[in-house]
Amino acid sequence: MSGYSITEPSAGQKWFAGTLVAIYALVTLLPLAWIVATSFKSPADSIAYPPKVIFDPTVEGYVNLFTTRTRIPADQVDSLPPPANFAEQIVRDQGMMITGPSRYGARFLNSVIIGFGSTFLSIFLGTLAAYAFSRFRVPLKDDLMFFILSTRMMPPIAVAIPIFLMFRSLGLSDTHLGMILLYTAVNISLAVWLLKGFIDEIPREYEEAALIDGYTRFQAFYKVVLPQAATGIASTAIFCLIFAWNEYAFAVLLTSGVAQTAPPFIPTIIGVGGQDWPAVAAGATLFLIPVVVFTVLLRKHLLRGITFGAVRK
Amino acid sequence: MKRAHMASVAAISLTAALASNAAQAENLTLCWAAWDPANALVELSKDFEKQSGHKMSFEFVPWPNFADRMLNELNSGGKLCDLMIGDSQWIGGSAENGHYVKLNDFFDANGIKMSDFVPATVTGYSEWPKNTPNYWALPAFGDVVGWTYRKDWFARPEIQSEFKAKYGRDLVAPQTFAELKDIAEFFQGREIDGKTVYGASIYTERGSEGITMGVMDVLYSFGFKYENPDKPYDMAGFVNSAGAVAGLEFYKSLYDCCVAPGTSNTYMGEGIDAYKSGQVAMQMNFAFTWPGFEVDPNVGGGKTGYLVNPAGPGGERFAQLGGQGISVVAYSEKQAAALEYIKWFAQPDVQAKWWSMGGFSCLRAVVEDPSFPTSQPYAQTFLDSMAVVKDFWAEPSYATLLQASQKRFHDYVVAGNGTAQEALDGLIADWSEVFEDDGKM
Amino acid sequence: MSESAIDRVAAATPAGIARRVRGLSDRAIAWLFVAPAIFLLLAVNIFPLIWTIRLSFTNYAANRPNRAVEWVGLRNYQRILTDADTWANMQTTAHFLVWTLFFQVLIGFTLAWLINRKFRGNDLVTTLIVMPMMLSPAVVGNFWTFLYQPQIGLINYAVEFVTGIPASSFSMLGPGGWARWAIVIVDTWMWTPFVMLICLAGLRSIPDYIYEAAEIDRASKWRQFWTITIPMVLPFLMLAVLFRGIENFKMFDLVVLLTGGGPGDETLLASIDLKREAFEKWRTGHSSAYAIILFVTVFGLASIYVKALNKVKER
Repeated sequence: MSGYSITEPSAGQKWFAGTLVAIYALVTLLPLAWIVATSFKSPADSIAYPPKVIFDPTVEGYVNLFTTRTRIPADQVDSLPPPANFAEQIVRDQGMMITGPSRYGARFLNSVIIGFGSTFLSIFLGTLAAYAFSRFRVPLKDDLMFFILSTRMMPPIAVAIPIFLMFRSLGLSDTHLGMILLYTAVNISLAVWLLKGFIDEIPREYEEAALIDGYTRFQAFYKVVLPQAATGIASTAIFCLIFAWNEYAFAVLLTSGVAQTAPPFIPTIIGVGGQDWPAVAAGATLFLIPVVVFTVLLRKHLLRGITFGAVRK
Repeated sequence: MKRAHMASVAAISLTAALASNAAQAENLTLCWAAWDPANALVELSKDFEKQSGHKMSFEFVPWPNFADRMLNELNSGGKLCDLMIGDSQWIGGSAENGHYVKLNDFFDANGIKMSDFVPATVTGYSEWPKNTPNYWALPAFGDVVGWTYRKDWFARPEIQSEFKAKYGRDLVAPQTFAELKDIAEFFQGREIDGKTVYGASIYTERGSEGITMGVMDVLYSFGFKYENPDKPYDMAGFVNSAGAVAGLEFYKSLYDCCVAPGTSNTYMGEGIDAYKSGQVAMQMNFAFTWPGFEVDPNVGGGKTGYLVNPAGPGGERFAQLGGQGISVVAYSEKQAAALEYIKWFAQPDVQAKWWSMGGFSCLRAVVEDPSFPTSQPYAQTFLDSMAVVKDFWAEPSYATLLQASQKRFHDYVVAGNGTAQEALDGLIADWSEVFEDDGKM
Repeated sequence: MSESAIDRVAAATPAGIARRVRGLSDRAIAWLFVAPAIFLLLAVNIFPLIWTIRLSFTNYAANRPNRAVEWVGLRNYQRILTDADTWANMQTTAHFLVWTLFFQVLIGFTLAWLINRKFRGNDLVTTLIVMPMMLSPAVVGNFWTFLYQPQIGLINYAVEFVTGIPASSFSMLGPGGWARWAIVIVDTWMWTPFVMLICLAGLRSIPDYIYEAAEIDRASKWRQFWTITIPMVLPFLMLAVLFRGIENFKMFDLVVLLTGGGPGDETLLASIDLKREAFEKWRTGHSSAYAIILFVTVFGLASIYVKALNKVKER
């Protein structure tokens, strides 16, 4: 942040680096752009051969995503009132009528509750554990850390049947709480390991100074360490959210009518005679937005890294 | 058997309960795969809600996860589903393990006769053991592998004349697999409307059941049989008969010559996309896809012709069965209301409406109605196809048997390893191991 | 708030005594902080794991609830370990693991290093680059199958546009050996940002003064890179590799959607095979043993790796 530094890269270097990264960004975003573009295509255009780069945009995919529809028998077309709004008009053009909302909204909301709920819990428990591992002499520390990590090594399929039976007998099957606990358990290893790394880097001198000033350990933890660890917490939260938001295998197995999240729901969007690609793309596009917003909001923390201002060992 | 007996006792008492009071309003959950016909069933079921006062909920699972999810539900005694439209191959396991309620007494009490349904669907979706009058489901959705072809392309004069010049006969819908391959070769790589098109789309999917459904669809007509008709589970000389080997070689030759590049993992959805986007002249797919083609802007409105699975070299003609029956889950606490749904669903006028909405009814009163063949362009083809169906093993171990054939067929047809003879010999070895584990041989 | 009061009292008491009197002992705090995490892991991970271990010695089949469960000893393990297919699948997994890690580290570190040149708009472009990893594997698998489609997909047309090789002349997911690389490409596309972010955090944690000191010593940029940048970033990088390695060892949903393990068995990862055993063939006892074998493999590899990681950190 300092105005002048001998470690500041030259203008040429910056330009070169910027260009390379921009090229990478363009290439890597192409598949993503294709998904977004597909969401604005008509079903026929979405599977056009050869693929259509230029097309007439339509919001049909989004309308189909949010509604359930039924085909109007030919003899009833004339007896229907005129379409009330643009969505109704779009559906009418396909020879159908809207019969109600789809379940996408509810599934999306479930994802928000479960995704953010488990992220919060992972960070909460993870920060506490990481702090203890970083600062205290915990017996068998390395073994415990490795134990925590090892819980991530089990293939989900391997424990799926026991978890399924366990959840059912505990009444956690198809509940928000059950999914939050499950995702937290999966994420906690990542949270502890990443956060311990960040907390290790915070100089102990800060807390020691605080303790000498008469703070308790608790106070030192939340007044001194937590603000310093904000960066690490923010980036860890992003990783936890990304996992919980997108998890598919457990969600398919353990959720149905009540707590089903969006990932198992999106592939069930079926149009006439096949997968409704624009609606699936629309579902995927909208589903991406909260995570992107969350990332952008926490971007400062994610990118600033840790500044080792005052204390230099 | 003991369990079956108990289940039927339960059914009797339930039927009695049904008769005595109109049952309280329940919230029933019906489980099925997430596909086009499921949307139609939601619509159809609104009439049931109105008449009965029960509320219907639906749990639809994507095809790739349908079996995992639902079998796990059944195996663990789950109460999620009251009604299950389960895949035809599940019937053996679900009957033997008591997942489904036996329906014989219920059918008798309510005047539902299995002779009113298309015989192949009763055997395929309802009976276990096969060919015995033990019913575990009501045929709900008839389905069979058939072919669609681009009638509009076939009708073009320049294509017609070129085909005649090359093969010395008219270009018409193929009646034998040899003809089908000629036509596929003819279209392969051809320019139509400025685009390169390909001969055919056939099943090649590796993950679930795709390539097995496709290969079997062809093998039956080449003389393949699952077992010795006189000696169950005796497979040598039937699974790997000379005809079966020729059939598998034919499938590979069709894959090598006449499919669009890169279609090494095609099943129902990919077939639909390839056909609708105008890549292929002919397409192998289940009949459930046909109503969708009729209303499609690119291939609908008379551009598509429908075709019963062609005959093999010996003139034999069979087709792979798909489709499902509807069952009452034995773990449900709302069996009375669930049976009420089945009773409602079996009514001729409901079945007729089901057909009109794109649901392939299995009721003879519907499909044998004089107006049926002309009710839809694909109606007659569906009817003819259903008369020649065969199905994969419906044993409780069907999934293991299926995994073995998926591996053997994909390895030979798509990856090009080994010979057809080796693939089928290997398949017998795999299948024998499964039956030995089950104590059946 | 009463904090000011506490502060005043605290200021008046000698620090050591205050800590002992008002707060819990460090040891108690340590346990208090660690216990909830451990408890949750015991309940949701370890309990099912023990269950799985128990099942692995039986012939239990989840789809045969009525069949008597027999104790079969080590037979499941013996069957799996003597099956040539298991080893072929392990090799496929190794191929996937090694190459995804190689590309992700190479590209991820390079990107982080370039972004750390702090050009204008670097934070915007970083946010854009990380977007692929925010997608659901289910969505990624579905759409990449679509993108790889030679007739209606984008990839082959892009290749045709750049190289002139006709789009319909090759198929990334088909036979011919490409499929193994196609899955590496998708995973690399999706997860390189993860490695990049962690590398970036590492790079930014290097204090400027170290470089300034090196400048004063007239160390060349090249030398600075190898003696300062790499060693300082290495612990971060190794952590990223550890997590990606574990994830990719057990990954299956993406590849199932892309290839279903095909063509033939070319992309049949051990984890996909496991899923088939467990949920398609329903050989629960057998699949439990398979799961334990995979688990022990990762556990062993990871423990060696973590030892190395700790050594690097201590340096």
